[in-house]
Amino acid sequence: MRMSRRHSLACSAVLALFALAGCATVQPWERGTLAKPAMAIEDPVHETTQKLRTYSAKEGGAAATGVGGGGCGCN
Amino acid sequence: MRAPGGRSAAHVSVIAFAAAGAMIFTTSAWPLANGEPAPACSAPLLDGGRTINVADYRGKVVYLDFWASWCGPCRQSFPFMNELQREFGGNGLQIVAVSVDKTAEDAQRFLTRYPAQFATALDSSGVCPAAYRLQGMPSSYVIDRKGTVRAIHAGFRDRDKAEIRQQLIDALNAS
Repeated sequence: MRMSRRHSLACSAVLALFALAGCATVQPWERGTLAKPAMAIEDPVHETTQKLRTYSAKEGGAAATGVGGGGCGCN
Repeated sequence: MRAPGGRSAAHVSVIAFAAAGAMIFTTSAWPLANGEPAPACSAPLLDGGRTINVADYRGKVVYLDFWASWCGPCRQSFPFMNELQREFGGNGLQIVAVSVDKTAEDAQRFLTRYPAQFATALDSSGVCPAAYRLQGMPSSYVIDRKGTVRAIHAGFRDRDKAEIRQQLIDALNAS
């Protein structure tokens, strides 16, 4: 059976609604779990610095993680 | 010919979308405004079984603060609130700090590190913060002797101190 345009539109609307049901507003006072260090998007600053340092050393030179400036090859 | 089933499905989806829209609208509540009566809300004190209500302090100026053990700026606000309570307690200021922690243990652990010389209560149900429509953590409310919200602060920064102090003095001087 061929689905009518209207039908498919309605179906996609209902599907979108199901997706919307997954959205929830986390109120400011409910952010206790999100405030845990493990929930941070980035590592702590000192840890990131150490990781970058190790990574740069392993790459065997400066600018392993990219460098600003022109393309003249001089760092 | 238009399929009758298609029509009703479209109707259902329109209604459903309207409901979803209404849901999103109601969850993002407007913040409380200055001049509004302080919403009634009660919470048990952390150091005993007694339950307090904001309305109990009618006749006093109340500095109502919402805090949590996981909230960074709250650590800075506690010494400041101790200072305020010491300074203006005799003039009729009562600081009430309501924790929104999930457990009393979390709140107590915070209080052993950052002791409070004012009333501390616990509302793990979230009723009070919802009634005051918190916009951030911590949030504090200057409530005058008649029970009207005079000032609202979302967040706590060192530079807010002078303003809060002045608002409390103004509220204490008003009849």
